[in-house]
Amino acid sequence: MRATLFGTRGSLATPGPETTRYGGNTSSVEVRSADGAILAIDAGTGIRRLGMQIPPGTARIDILLTHLHMDHIQGLGFFGPLYNPGIDVHIWGPASSTLPLEARLSRYLSPPLFPVHLRDLPRVTCHQIPRPAFDIGPFRVATALVCHPGPTVGFRIEADGGVVTYLSDHEPALGLSDGRWPTSAWISGYDLAAGADLLIHDAQYTDEQYEHCLGWGHSTYRHAFEFAARVGAKKIVPFHHDPSHGDEMLDRLLADAVQRFGPACEVSAGREGMAFEVPPGT
Amino acid sequence: MGHPIQIILTRQLAGYLSVPIFLVDPAGDLLFYNEPAEAILGRRFEETGAMPAAEWGSVFTPVDDGGRPIPPEDLPLMVTLAKRRPAYKRFFIKGLNGARRHLEVACIPISGLQGEFLGAAALFWELAE
Repeated sequence: MRATLFGTRGSLATPGPETTRYGGNTSSVEVRSADGAILAIDAGTGIRRLGMQIPPGTARIDILLTHLHMDHIQGLGFFGPLYNPGIDVHIWGPASSTLPLEARLSRYLSPPLFPVHLRDLPRVTCHQIPRPAFDIGPFRVATALVCHPGPTVGFRIEADGGVVTYLSDHEPALGLSDGRWPTSAWISGYDLAAGADLLIHDAQYTDEQYEHCLGWGHSTYRHAFEFAARVGAKKIVPFHHDPSHGDEMLDRLLADAVQRFGPACEVSAGREGMAFEVPPGT
Repeated sequence: MGHPIQIILTRQLAGYLSVPIFLVDPAGDLLFYNEPAEAILGRRFEETGAMPAAEWGSVFTPVDDGGRPIPPEDLPLMVTLAKRRPAYKRFFIKGLNGARRHLEVACIPISGLQGEFLGAAALFWELAE
Protein backbone atom coordinates (compact mmCIF):
# COMPACT_ATOMS: atom_id res chain seq x y z
CA MET A 1 0.00 0.00 0.00
CA ARG A 2 1.26 3.49 -0.82
CA ALA A 3 0.08 6.80 0.63
CA THR A 4 0.80 9.95 -1.38
CA LEU A 5 0.22 13.49 -0.13
CA PHE A 6 -1.50 15.78 -2.64
CA GLY A 7 -2.58 18.45 -0.15
CA THR A 8 -1.00 19.20 3.21
CA ARG A 9 -2.33 22.65 4.08
CA GLY A 10 -5.04 23.38 6.61
CA SER A 11 -7.89 25.87 6.53
CA LEU A 12 -7.08 27.69 3.30
CA ALA A 13 -5.12 26.99 0.13
CA THR A 14 -1.92 29.04 0.25
CA PRO A 15 -0.06 28.90 -3.07
CA GLY A 16 2.94 31.17 -3.36
CA PRO A 17 6.71 31.36 -3.13
CA GLU A 18 6.59 30.84 0.67
CA THR A 19 4.96 27.42 0.41
CA THR A 20 6.64 25.75 -2.54
CA ARG A 21 8.28 22.95 -0.55
CA TYR A 22 5.52 21.94 1.87
CA GLY A 23 2.78 22.86 -0.54
CA GLY A 24 -0.21 25.14 -0.59
CA ASN A 25 -3.06 22.78 -1.44
CA THR A 26 -5.52 21.78 1.25
CA SER A 27 -5.89 18.23 2.53
CA SER A 28 -6.00 15.35 0.12
CA VAL A 29 -4.17 12.04 0.30
CA GLU A 30 -4.21 9.11 -2.09
CA VAL A 31 -3.95 5.59 -0.71
CA ARG A 32 -3.32 2.99 -3.38
CA SER A 33 -3.20 -0.74 -2.77
CA ALA A 34 -0.70 -3.11 -4.30
CA ASP A 35 -3.32 -4.21 -6.82
CA GLY A 36 -4.11 -0.63 -7.84
CA ALA A 37 -7.32 0.11 -5.93
CA ILE A 38 -7.54 3.81 -5.07
CA LEU A 39 -8.85 5.75 -2.10
CA ALA A 40 -8.81 9.55 -2.09
CA ILE A 41 -8.95 10.82 1.47
CA ASP A 42 -10.42 14.28 1.75
CA ALA A 43 -11.22 16.53 -1.17
CA GLY A 44 -9.26 19.67 -0.45
CA THR A 45 -7.74 21.51 -3.37
CA GLY A 46 -5.08 18.81 -3.63
CA ILE A 47 -7.60 16.35 -5.01
CA ARG A 48 -7.62 18.13 -8.38
CA ARG A 49 -4.09 16.95 -9.11
CA LEU A 50 -4.77 13.57 -7.56
CA GLY A 51 -7.57 13.15 -10.09
CA MET A 52 -5.21 13.93 -12.96
CA GLN A 53 -3.02 10.96 -12.05
CA ILE A 54 -5.67 8.27 -12.06
CA PRO A 55 -4.54 5.51 -14.43
CA PRO A 56 -6.59 4.98 -17.59
CA GLY A 57 -9.04 2.13 -17.24
CA THR A 58 -9.75 2.78 -13.56
CA ALA A 59 -13.36 1.76 -12.97
CA ARG A 60 -13.92 2.87 -9.38
CA ILE A 61 -12.60 5.46 -6.95
CA ASP A 62 -13.69 5.96 -3.35
CA ILE A 63 -13.44 9.37 -1.72
CA LEU A 64 -13.36 9.36 2.07
CA LEU A 65 -14.30 12.70 3.62
CA THR A 66 -13.39 13.37 7.22
CA HIS A 67 -15.86 16.24 7.45
CA LEU A 68 -17.37 18.97 5.35
CA HIS A 69 -15.40 22.03 6.33
CA MET A 70 -14.54 23.94 3.17
CA ASP A 71 -10.84 23.11 3.12
CA HIS A 72 -11.75 19.42 2.91
CA ILE A 73 -14.30 19.61 0.10
CA GLN A 74 -13.34 22.60 -2.01
CA GLY A 75 -11.53 20.48 -4.57
CA LEU A 76 -14.37 18.03 -5.01
CA GLY A 77 -15.95 19.83 -7.94
CA PHE A 78 -12.61 19.84 -9.71
CA PHE A 79 -11.96 16.11 -9.34
CA GLY A 80 -11.92 14.96 -12.95
CA PRO A 81 -13.21 11.42 -12.43
CA LEU A 82 -16.53 12.85 -11.18
CA TYR A 83 -17.30 13.79 -14.78
CA ASN A 84 -16.08 10.55 -16.34
CA PRO A 85 -19.03 8.27 -17.12
CA GLY A 86 -16.66 5.31 -17.12
CA ILE A 87 -15.75 5.68 -13.43
CA ASP A 88 -17.93 4.91 -10.43
CA VAL A 89 -17.18 7.42 -7.67
CA HIS A 90 -18.26 6.55 -4.16
CA ILE A 91 -18.20 9.34 -1.57
CA TRP A 92 -18.08 8.39 2.10
CA GLY A 93 -18.63 11.13 4.67
CA PRO A 94 -20.41 12.05 7.88
CA ALA A 95 -24.06 13.01 7.98
CA SER A 96 -25.49 15.42 10.52
CA SER A 97 -28.39 14.59 12.79
CA THR A 98 -30.75 16.38 10.43
CA LEU A 99 -29.31 16.09 6.92
CA PRO A 100 -27.94 13.13 4.97
CA LEU A 101 -24.48 13.40 3.42
CA GLU A 102 -25.77 14.06 -0.09
CA ALA A 103 -27.88 17.00 1.05
CA ARG A 104 -25.00 18.46 3.04
CA LEU A 105 -22.61 18.19 0.08
CA SER A 106 -25.20 19.69 -2.23
CA ARG A 107 -25.05 22.91 -0.30
CA TYR A 108 -21.66 23.41 -1.91
CA LEU A 109 -22.12 21.47 -5.15
CA SER A 110 -25.02 23.55 -6.41
CA PRO A 111 -25.56 27.15 -7.55
CA PRO A 112 -24.72 29.78 -6.55
CA LEU A 113 -21.54 28.32 -5.03
CA PHE A 114 -20.89 25.88 -7.88
CA PRO A 115 -22.38 25.61 -11.36
CA VAL A 116 -22.96 21.84 -11.35
CA HIS A 117 -25.44 20.00 -9.17
CA LEU A 118 -24.14 16.95 -7.34
CA ARG A 119 -27.21 15.05 -8.53
CA ASP A 120 -26.28 15.72 -12.17
CA LEU A 121 -22.93 13.98 -11.95
CA PRO A 122 -22.99 10.70 -13.85
CA ARG A 123 -21.99 7.93 -11.47
CA VAL A 124 -21.71 9.23 -7.92
CA THR A 125 -22.96 7.34 -4.89
CA CYS A 126 -22.91 8.73 -1.35
CA HIS A 127 -22.46 6.63 1.79
CA GLN A 128 -22.78 7.85 5.35
CA ILE A 129 -20.21 7.24 8.05
CA PRO A 130 -19.28 6.43 10.74
CA ARG A 131 -20.43 2.87 10.55
CA PRO A 132 -18.92 -0.44 11.58
CA ALA A 133 -15.70 -1.30 9.77
CA PHE A 134 -16.31 -2.00 6.09
CA ASP A 135 -14.41 -3.22 3.04
CA ILE A 136 -13.63 -1.29 -0.13
CA GLY A 137 -11.93 -3.74 -2.45
CA PRO A 138 -8.69 -4.73 -0.71
CA PHE A 139 -9.04 -2.04 1.97
CA ARG A 140 -10.50 -2.59 5.42
CA VAL A 141 -11.73 0.80 6.59
CA ALA A 142 -12.56 1.65 10.20
CA THR A 143 -14.12 4.99 11.07
CA ALA A 144 -14.95 6.87 14.26
CA LEU A 145 -16.05 10.34 15.20
CA VAL A 146 -13.17 12.33 16.67
CA CYS A 147 -12.64 15.54 18.57
CA HIS A 148 -13.24 18.43 16.15
CA PRO A 149 -16.15 20.87 15.88
CA GLY A 150 -19.03 19.34 13.92
CA PRO A 151 -19.36 15.73 12.80
CA THR A 152 -15.79 14.70 11.92
CA VAL A 153 -14.34 11.24 11.47
CA GLY A 154 -10.89 9.70 11.29
CA PHE A 155 -9.92 6.70 9.20
CA ARG A 156 -7.94 3.55 9.82
CA ILE A 157 -7.10 1.81 6.56
CA GLU A 158 -5.67 -1.67 6.51
CA ALA A 159 -4.39 -3.38 3.38
CA ASP A 160 -1.40 -5.34 2.14
CA GLY A 161 -0.26 -6.03 5.69
CA GLY A 162 -0.04 -2.38 6.70
CA VAL A 163 -2.06 0.27 8.54
CA VAL A 164 -2.50 3.92 7.58
CA THR A 165 -4.36 6.18 10.00
CA TYR A 166 -5.60 9.56 8.88
CA LEU A 167 -6.62 12.18 11.45
CA SER A 168 -6.44 15.44 9.60
CA ASP A 169 -8.43 17.65 11.95
CA HIS A 170 -8.07 16.41 15.47
CA GLU A 171 -7.69 17.89 18.94
CA PRO A 172 -7.16 14.91 21.21
CA ALA A 173 -5.52 17.14 23.80
CA LEU A 174 -8.70 19.13 24.45
CA GLY A 175 -9.47 18.99 28.14
CA LEU A 176 -6.22 17.42 29.29
CA SER A 177 -5.77 18.01 33.00
CA ASP A 178 -2.36 19.57 33.69
CA GLY A 179 -1.17 18.14 30.39
CA ARG A 180 -1.74 14.57 31.60
CA TRP A 181 -3.27 12.17 29.09
CA PRO A 182 -6.09 9.91 30.25
CA THR A 183 -6.14 6.16 29.77
CA SER A 184 -6.47 4.95 26.20
CA ALA A 185 -10.25 4.43 26.27
CA TRP A 186 -10.69 8.17 26.88
CA ILE A 187 -8.40 9.41 24.12
CA SER A 188 -10.13 10.59 20.96
CA GLY A 189 -9.00 8.56 17.95
CA TYR A 190 -7.02 6.02 19.95
CA ASP A 191 -8.55 2.89 18.44
CA LEU A 192 -8.10 4.22 14.93
CA ALA A 193 -4.41 4.94 15.42
CA ALA A 194 -3.28 2.12 17.70
CA GLY A 195 -0.10 0.58 16.31
CA ALA A 196 -0.42 2.33 12.94
CA ASP A 197 2.51 2.01 10.55
CA LEU A 198 1.81 5.50 9.25
CA LEU A 199 -0.10 8.16 11.20
CA ILE A 200 -1.03 11.26 9.19
CA HIS A 201 -2.02 13.74 11.87
CA ASP A 202 -3.03 17.33 12.42
CA ALA A 203 -0.21 19.63 13.63
CA GLN A 204 -1.59 23.01 12.68
CA TYR A 205 -0.68 25.23 15.58
CA THR A 206 2.35 26.47 17.44
CA ASP A 207 2.07 26.31 21.22
CA GLU A 208 1.38 30.05 21.26
CA GLN A 209 -1.35 29.81 18.63
CA TYR A 210 -3.04 26.97 20.48
CA GLU A 211 -3.56 29.15 23.54
CA HIS A 212 -5.82 31.36 21.45
CA CYS A 213 -7.46 28.56 19.46
CA LEU A 214 -8.38 26.08 22.20
CA GLY A 215 -11.39 24.06 21.11
CA TRP A 216 -11.03 24.87 17.43
CA GLY A 217 -10.24 21.24 16.77
CA HIS A 218 -6.54 21.21 15.95
CA SER A 219 -3.25 20.09 17.45
CA THR A 220 0.26 21.32 18.01
CA TYR A 221 3.39 19.35 17.17
CA ARG A 222 3.63 18.46 20.83
CA HIS A 223 0.09 17.08 20.90
CA ALA A 224 0.68 15.15 17.70
CA PHE A 225 3.92 13.61 19.01
CA GLU A 226 2.38 12.74 22.37
CA PHE A 227 -0.65 11.21 20.68
CA ALA A 228 1.62 9.17 18.39
CA ALA A 229 3.54 7.91 21.40
CA ARG A 230 0.32 6.99 23.22
CA VAL A 231 -1.02 4.95 20.32
CA GLY A 232 2.32 3.37 19.49
CA ALA A 233 2.45 4.65 15.92
CA LYS A 234 5.59 3.69 14.02
CA LYS A 235 5.80 6.85 11.92
CA ILE A 236 4.01 10.18 12.11
CA VAL A 237 3.45 12.69 9.34
CA PRO A 238 2.42 16.02 10.87
CA PHE A 239 0.34 18.02 8.39
CA HIS A 240 -2.69 20.29 7.96
CA HIS A 241 -0.16 23.10 8.20
CA ASP A 242 -1.42 26.51 9.22
CA PRO A 243 -1.81 28.93 6.28
CA SER A 244 0.47 31.42 8.03
CA HIS A 245 3.36 28.96 8.26
CA GLY A 246 5.71 29.22 5.29
CA ASP A 247 8.40 26.70 4.39
CA GLU A 248 11.12 28.22 6.54
CA MET A 249 8.87 28.47 9.55
CA LEU A 250 7.74 24.85 9.14
CA ASP A 251 11.39 23.79 8.99
CA ARG A 252 12.01 25.59 12.26
CA LEU A 253 8.84 24.30 13.91
CA LEU A 254 9.67 20.72 13.11
CA ALA A 255 13.31 20.97 14.21
CA ASP A 256 12.32 22.71 17.41
CA ALA A 257 9.54 20.24 18.18
CA VAL A 258 11.77 17.23 17.59
CA GLN A 259 14.41 18.70 19.88
CA ARG A 260 12.00 19.68 22.65
CA PHE A 261 9.59 16.77 22.66
CA GLY A 262 11.69 13.87 21.43
CA PRO A 263 9.05 11.99 19.44
CA ALA A 264 8.91 8.27 20.08
CA CYS A 265 8.66 7.39 16.41
CA GLU A 266 10.00 8.46 13.05
CA VAL A 267 8.77 11.88 11.86
CA SER A 268 8.36 13.29 8.36
CA ALA A 269 6.59 16.63 8.13
CA GLY A 270 4.00 16.39 5.39
CA ARG A 271 4.99 17.85 2.04
CA GLU A 272 3.03 17.72 -1.16
CA GLY A 273 4.24 14.90 -3.36
CA MET A 274 5.65 12.80 -0.53
CA ALA A 275 4.85 9.11 -0.83
CA PHE A 276 5.11 6.41 1.83
CA GLU A 277 5.19 2.67 1.37
CA VAL A 278 3.16 0.95 4.09
CA PRO A 279 4.49 -1.13 5.64
CA PRO A 280 7.94 0.24 4.82
CA GLY A 281 9.95 -1.65 2.25
CA THR A 282 6.94 -3.12 0.44
CA MET B 1 -12.38 -0.51 23.20
CA GLY B 2 -12.42 3.26 23.34
CA HIS B 3 -15.42 5.33 24.32
CA PRO B 4 -17.44 7.17 21.66
CA ILE B 5 -16.44 10.79 21.18
CA GLN B 6 -19.76 11.95 22.65
CA ILE B 7 -18.90 10.22 25.93
CA ILE B 8 -15.33 11.56 25.89
CA LEU B 9 -16.55 15.11 25.31
CA THR B 10 -19.18 14.79 28.04
CA ARG B 11 -16.47 13.78 30.48
CA GLN B 12 -14.36 16.73 29.40
CA LEU B 13 -17.31 19.07 29.92
CA ALA B 14 -18.01 17.56 33.35
CA GLY B 15 -14.42 18.19 34.31
CA TYR B 16 -14.95 21.91 33.87
CA LEU B 17 -18.25 22.21 35.77
CA SER B 18 -19.10 22.73 39.40
CA VAL B 19 -22.34 20.74 39.04
CA PRO B 20 -21.93 17.13 40.21
CA ILE B 21 -22.23 14.83 37.19
CA PHE B 22 -22.26 11.06 36.89
CA LEU B 23 -21.68 9.56 33.46
CA VAL B 24 -22.87 6.03 32.70
CA ASP B 25 -22.90 3.68 29.73
CA PRO B 26 -26.08 2.13 28.30
CA ALA B 27 -25.94 -0.66 30.91
CA GLY B 28 -25.75 1.83 33.76
CA ASP B 29 -22.13 1.12 34.58
CA LEU B 30 -20.50 4.23 35.98
CA LEU B 31 -17.85 5.50 33.59
CA PHE B 32 -16.89 8.75 35.27
CA TYR B 33 -17.89 11.26 37.90
CA ASN B 34 -16.43 14.71 38.37
CA GLU B 35 -14.92 16.26 41.47
CA PRO B 36 -18.17 17.82 42.74
CA ALA B 37 -19.79 14.39 42.47
CA GLU B 38 -17.04 12.88 44.58
CA ALA B 39 -18.45 14.70 47.59
CA ILE B 40 -21.82 13.00 47.06
CA LEU B 41 -20.42 9.57 46.41
CA GLY B 42 -17.90 9.91 49.19
CA ARG B 43 -15.05 8.51 47.14
CA ARG B 44 -12.63 9.98 44.62
CA PHE B 45 -12.76 8.83 41.02
CA GLU B 46 -9.01 8.34 41.09
CA GLU B 47 -9.59 5.71 43.79
CA THR B 48 -12.58 3.90 42.35
CA GLY B 49 -12.27 4.24 38.59
CA ALA B 50 -15.25 2.93 36.66
CA MET B 51 -17.80 0.88 38.63
CA PRO B 52 -20.45 -1.66 37.63
CA ALA B 53 -24.06 -0.52 38.00
CA ALA B 54 -24.73 -2.87 40.91
CA GLU B 55 -21.77 -1.56 42.86
CA TRP B 56 -22.23 2.18 42.55
CA GLY B 57 -26.03 1.98 42.61
CA SER B 58 -25.91 0.40 46.06
CA VAL B 59 -23.94 3.30 47.51
CA PHE B 60 -27.07 5.41 47.85
CA THR B 61 -30.24 4.71 49.79
CA PRO B 62 -32.83 6.85 48.02
CA VAL B 63 -36.01 7.64 49.95
CA ASP B 64 -38.98 9.91 49.34
CA ASP B 65 -40.28 12.77 51.48
CA GLY B 66 -41.86 10.29 53.84
CA GLY B 67 -38.71 8.23 54.24
CA ARG B 68 -40.03 5.36 52.11
CA PRO B 69 -37.49 3.63 49.84
CA ILE B 70 -37.79 4.52 46.16
CA PRO B 71 -37.84 1.51 43.83
CA PRO B 72 -34.81 1.54 41.51
CA GLU B 73 -37.02 1.66 38.41
CA ASP B 74 -38.45 5.01 39.59
CA LEU B 75 -35.07 6.70 39.89
CA PRO B 76 -34.42 9.21 37.10
CA LEU B 77 -31.26 7.55 35.83
CA MET B 78 -33.04 4.21 35.52
CA VAL B 79 -35.90 5.92 33.67
CA THR B 80 -33.43 7.52 31.26
CA LEU B 81 -31.64 4.23 30.66
CA ALA B 82 -34.86 2.27 30.20
CA LYS B 83 -36.80 4.78 28.13
CA ARG B 84 -33.93 6.75 26.61
CA ARG B 85 -35.51 10.07 27.49
CA PRO B 86 -34.76 12.82 30.00
CA ALA B 87 -36.00 12.25 33.54
CA TYR B 88 -36.15 14.30 36.72
CA LYS B 89 -36.89 13.61 40.39
CA ARG B 90 -36.43 15.16 43.82
CA PHE B 91 -35.58 12.78 46.67
CA PHE B 92 -33.33 12.12 49.66
CA ILE B 93 -30.27 9.92 49.87
CA LYS B 94 -27.90 8.69 52.49
CA GLY B 95 -24.35 8.70 51.23
CA LEU B 96 -21.41 6.60 52.33
CA ASN B 97 -20.82 8.80 55.36
CA GLY B 98 -24.43 8.36 56.52
CA ALA B 99 -25.35 12.00 55.98
CA ARG B 100 -28.84 12.64 54.66
CA ARG B 101 -28.92 14.81 51.56
CA HIS B 102 -31.87 16.38 49.78
CA LEU B 103 -31.27 16.24 46.05
CA GLU B 104 -32.88 16.93 42.76
CA VAL B 105 -31.53 14.90 39.91
CA ALA B 106 -31.90 15.50 36.18
CA CYS B 107 -30.77 12.86 33.72
CA ILE B 108 -30.28 13.19 30.00
CA PRO B 109 -29.75 10.48 27.42
CA ILE B 110 -26.59 10.75 25.33
CA SER B 111 -27.63 9.82 21.82
CA GLY B 112 -25.40 9.97 18.76
CA LEU B 113 -26.04 11.67 15.43
CA GLN B 114 -27.92 8.67 14.10
CA GLY B 115 -29.88 8.22 17.31
CA GLU B 116 -27.66 5.49 18.73
CA PHE B 117 -27.91 5.31 22.52
CA LEU B 118 -24.48 5.78 24.08
CA GLY B 119 -25.25 6.33 27.75
CA ALA B 120 -26.58 8.97 30.10
CA ALA B 121 -25.47 11.83 32.30
CA ALA B 122 -27.01 12.45 35.71
CA LEU B 123 -26.77 15.98 37.12
CA PHE B 124 -27.20 16.21 40.89
CA TRP B 125 -28.22 19.37 42.70
CA GLU B 126 -28.23 19.49 46.50
CA LEU B 127 -31.09 21.38 48.15
CA ALA B 128 -31.06 23.08 51.50
CA GLU B 129 -33.14 20.96 53.94
